[in-house]
Amino acid sequence: MGIELSQIFWLFLTFFILMLIEGFYCITMTYNLLRVLIGLEILIKAVTLFIIFAGYISGNMALAQTVVITVIVIEVVVVVIAAGVILGFFREYDSLNVRNARNMKG
Amino acid sequence: MNIMIFLLVLMLLAGLWAVMTSLLLRAAIALALTSVVLSILMFQMGAPLAAVFELSVCAGLISVVFISVISLTHRLPLKEYLARRQNRILRFWFLPVLLAIAGLMFFLFKQPVEVHTPARLLLAEVRIVLWQLRRLDLFTQIIVLLAGVFGVLILFGGNKENGN
Amino acid sequence: MAYLIILIPFALLALLNLLPARSRTPIAFYSTLVLLAGQVLLSPFELVRSAQFEAMLGFNLLLNNFSLILIITSGIILLASLLTAWAMIKEDSKRFNFINLLLILLIAMNGLAMAKDIFTLYVFIEAISVATFILISLNMDKYAFEGILKYLILSVVASALMLSAIGLLIMSSGSLLLTDIRGFIFPSGGTVFSQAAMTLFICGLLIKGGVVPFHGWVADAYSSASPPVSILLAGIITKAAGIFTLMKVMTATLCFTTPVMDILLLVGAISIVFGALAALGQTDIKRMLSYSSISQMGYIIAGLGTGTPLGILGAIFHFINHAVFKSQLFANAAALEQQLGTRDMDKMGGLAQVMPVTGTTSILASLSTAGVPPLAGFWSKLLIIIALWLSGNYVYSIVAVLASVITLAYFLSLQRRVFFGKVPAELSGVREASALLLMPAVFLSALTVGIGLLFPFILKMVMRQ
Repeated sequence: MGIELSQIFWLFLTFFILMLIEGFYCITMTYNLLRVLIGLEILIKAVTLFIIFAGYISGNMALAQTVVITVIVIEVVVVVIAAGVILGFFREYDSLNVRNARNMKG
Repeated sequence: MNIMIFLLVLMLLAGLWAVMTSLLLRAAIALALTSVVLSILMFQMGAPLAAVFELSVCAGLISVVFISVISLTHRLPLKEYLARRQNRILRFWFLPVLLAIAGLMFFLFKQPVEVHTPARLLLAEVRIVLWQLRRLDLFTQIIVLLAGVFGVLILFGGNKENGN
Repeated sequence: MAYLIILIPFALLALLNLLPARSRTPIAFYSTLVLLAGQVLLSPFELVRSAQFEAMLGFNLLLNNFSLILIITSGIILLASLLTAWAMIKEDSKRFNFINLLLILLIAMNGLAMAKDIFTLYVFIEAISVATFILISLNMDKYAFEGILKYLILSVVASALMLSAIGLLIMSSGSLLLTDIRGFIFPSGGTVFSQAAMTLFICGLLIKGGVVPFHGWVADAYSSASPPVSILLAGIITKAAGIFTLMKVMTATLCFTTPVMDILLLVGAISIVFGALAALGQTDIKRMLSYSSISQMGYIIAGLGTGTPLGILGAIFHFINHAVFKSQLFANAAALEQQLGTRDMDKMGGLAQVMPVTGTTSILASLSTAGVPPLAGFWSKLLIIIALWLSGNYVYSIVAVLASVITLAYFLSLQRRVFFGKVPAELSGVREASALLLMPAVFLSALTVGIGLLFPFILKMVMRQ
């Protein structure tokens, strides 16, 4: 292919990795469960961007769109269940602090 | 091309705001903003169907879920809350620096990589791919949605007993 | 006919939810029982094949011998879990929820066994994960939510890895069918993209499978779930979502490149050692069993990492054996928990006289895990160790043998602490668990012994194919 495609590829790859760093940073450096969920969401959005870009660069947009639509459905189900689990956690511990979740030792 | 760079930077900044802000509610709104920018980006790259889906579901449904969970778990009185957010920016200064360093590293070290895209016949439309080739995925989505429905019934059904 | 395996449970699920609320739980139980028994017994035989019906549905499924392994194994384990749940969960609505989720799990696992496409694999894995999250949270106590959280975070990270692999595959090979990917990798090793994609995908699968270094969620999730769910989790879910998919992907795409095999061997060996050592110092019976699971999965992955047919065969057999004996051990733990109300092994003792059936089955399963002949575990471990030796990985082979000795050590310690010795004062009124609870344990034990005794014949039969 041409130099141009290579440049676009590196551009998107850079932004993809930067978004991944943001997501991982959010997950590891927070004490609040809801922020962990936001970090997970940022990860999934970064991957969605990457899949669409893969479709764009290879011309196979139909396949990429199908994949992304399915991923969005799965993502929303996972987020809803995670929200339910966080609510349950809140009911038991009365706080959203991750440090409470270090109960199980060994 | 310039538009794409602009949109990418915007998405990155929206994500950065979501990570670094000290108020949870603003983080949820920043997440919705990231979804909006991603959706515009997808539309620009030629994926209108996925863009609409992302906009309506992620920027809509997930924001509603987040905001409802935030309002249900809000406990601290305002003063404590404000006092705790003072040192948040100071703790999180590392992230923009890290991002800037990583970005610079990438721009300096990129090598020409051959992007090998096979000469496949470009399957015409999303509709054909979705409904005919990938029908099994649709079935699986239904299964996942059913599981989600059960999850909601079980996890949120206890709400009525607790009077929450 | 392949689609029937996933459509019949789906129809059952729809039907069950339309029935009136009063009487539906017993109907649900018996019909699911029949369905699972049917799946186990009937699936090796190909029934009616109707071409017209297939064309109308247009599902892209493939039912071969490899799929049958998962279908039959998952049928057995789900059956055991169903019986345990019926005995241990007393509330009506919870039972009904459990059965519904079990059906969803069944559909997802059958679909996983028969998928032809790497993205379909991913979506079924996600369906299994979502159903698992809800199952663990069924008993809604503190530890359950904590266990789910760790599993959830790592699961989403693994999904992100797998999806980036799929993105790379779209970019480089334009199609996601497993056979197409094989065509891309097999002849020449493929481009950088496809190798990176397969490595990422396999890393994602290893996280879901719960091996070192991504094992952080395993012990918490297994031990905090309620007993029937633990049986499911340990016996089949982690194995299906992680290891079985790994085997399926690797044998379908013939992705035995050197970096992948090295990663697998290293991860497998570390898991074996780590799981065995960590299990030595546990007092909670479920945590010990879950660390032992990590160790056994290390064996399977090491066997897969050799890349030889012998190693892969050993891995498949150990997968089946592990599902059987680990589920049976968890069923025993369920019986113990129900009768004693505690999981702390220091508080137990001398239960062999009081609970003879549980004790006997537990000994059989422990010996099988440790690899004592003539039980089933011995054969599969032997295959893996021989495969490791023959492919030149002498160090790993010796490590596997040593870890087997450690496995024997901690299981004997488990037996001694729980079943032999004197009965402590608080537990003097304990009797044997109810018959329904014991049925899965007895049945699985019989399977372990049976497979062990018949193994040479099974091996000859399989070798002929």
